[in-house]
Amino acid sequence: MSSGPRFDMDYFLELAIGGLTRGSIYALIALGYTMVYGIIELINFAHGEIYMIGAFTALIVASVLTMNGMTGVSVLILASVVAVLYAAAYGFTVEKIAYKPLRQAPRLSPLISAIGMSIFLQNYVLIAQTSDFLPFPNLLPVLPFMEPYSHIMGSTELIIVLTTALATAALTFFIKFTKLGKAMRATAQDRHMAMLVGVNVNRVISNTFIVGSALAAIGGVLIASHIGRINFSIGFITGIKAFTAAVLGGIGSIPGAVLGGLVLGWTESFATGYVSSDYEDVFAFCLLVLILIFRPAGILGRSSVQKV
Amino acid sequence: MAMLELRNVETFYGNIMALKGINLSINEGEIITLIGANGAGKSTTLMTICGIVPPRRGEILFLGKPIHRVEPHEIVALGVSQVPEGRRIFPLLTVTENLAMGAFLRNDGGEIARDIEYIFSLFPILKERRHQPGGTLSGGEQQMLAISRALMARPRLLLLDEPSLGLAPLIFQLIFRIIPKINRENGTTILLVEQNANMALKIAHRGYVLENGRITLEGAAESLLNNEEVKRAYLGL
Repeated sequence: MSSGPRFDMDYFLELAIGGLTRGSIYALIALGYTMVYGIIELINFAHGEIYMIGAFTALIVASVLTMNGMTGVSVLILASVVAVLYAAAYGFTVEKIAYKPLRQAPRLSPLISAIGMSIFLQNYVLIAQTSDFLPFPNLLPVLPFMEPYSHIMGSTELIIVLTTALATAALTFFIKFTKLGKAMRATAQDRHMAMLVGVNVNRVISNTFIVGSALAAIGGVLIASHIGRINFSIGFITGIKAFTAAVLGGIGSIPGAVLGGLVLGWTESFATGYVSSDYEDVFAFCLLVLILIFRPAGILGRSSVQKV
Repeated sequence: MAMLELRNVETFYGNIMALKGINLSINEGEIITLIGANGAGKSTTLMTICGIVPPRRGEILFLGKPIHRVEPHEIVALGVSQVPEGRRIFPLLTVTENLAMGAFLRNDGGEIARDIEYIFSLFPILKERRHQPGGTLSGGEQQMLAISRALMARPRLLLLDEPSLGLAPLIFQLIFRIIPKINRENGTTILLVEQNANMALKIAHRGYVLENGRITLEGAAESLLNNEEVKRAYLGL
């Protein structure tokens, strides 16, 4: 083998897996943005906070369970279930309080209401909990068969990627084949017509918030386990990144949200790995700007057709 | 008792009064047509009946029960379906999925499948297109699909808004053959809004003339066809 500049395959794979993991989390949260936008054309800025509340709930439940001597996977499952239910309840309530009364209002009003909700929820958790970062235990089990590959991909990464794939597949099945899923698609395409065939549109909207929030909570548990600490403000930057992912893939599109999440994850991972880690966010938002200039509808988005 | 009754119905868009006290009644089994110029309030009347644009004042009774404060999806459940202006097919759902959405409130799976077969016998072209997204259909096919979707709810009252608008002559004739057939064979009561007053009055039992949000004339379809005012204003004679 000749010397000279060598391509380090392991390093490349490590970055690729890192990007995939990061992108999976963005995808899980981006799904909530894109579904809500698809149904009511609202950027739900409070969605990042739902994810943060999911992580906090999991932390509280896990701490209580651990204090009572419980260990292992049961802690993870119980904490996740409670986090999902709690976040879903928050998503449902946020919609009822902050968006439903503004259904007929100009489009800017619910957007401002969403920003207000986001600020409110952050400060509520700040006051109810603390402003410090809290250590988050790694709830995810260590898989022995991943040991030989741990320099490239650990069990945590594998679980995050698999969970995301599973959640996305379940969501796709739900949207495509169930009656409620069809009602969601119909409502997204023509809300008044959906009402005229008997769809209870308010219920469809509530369900969209519930499903999106549940996915965000799963994302919250996964990422908190991965990074190992949380505080009240983690929803903000992650929320904006996930929103970027949704726009990148084509807002309103479910495969788009997943693709956008992965592209964003890889961009950040490779750029920080090969260029500089100081500019992680810069790369993410440069990508957003480029997409908005050259392909405003996103990678998989369809350019909006004027309704007649 | 009338199947549907509107009493002094007033509907607003913001501050603009679109319906200025409409009185209208439809008996079970009738075909009623509502004719009038653009902007007279014909579509608004249908949207008001369906609860999409609820009236500010007045009453709407369906089978004797007030429905003017009832949610749109509950009005559908009572047996009122609409084929709206512009067809409004769900563009990304397939033809079969559009039909299934029409039966959204029904739970009798086997009967739904049988109704879809009946629709395909009525409009064979829809069977050929059944896996295509609704948005890829031609205007005439979309109109057939829109009528079929409404029928999938097995409505007691069918509201049709300009079903002939922009259709080629052959499709136009097909649609006007199907409307009386639905009325005859299923006993479906029909409220037909039409610009083509001549054709509408020929298949209807009774008619109403709407001008500027008010009913200005009503009567048997035949007498309206022979009415000098109607002839001049709406029949182009």
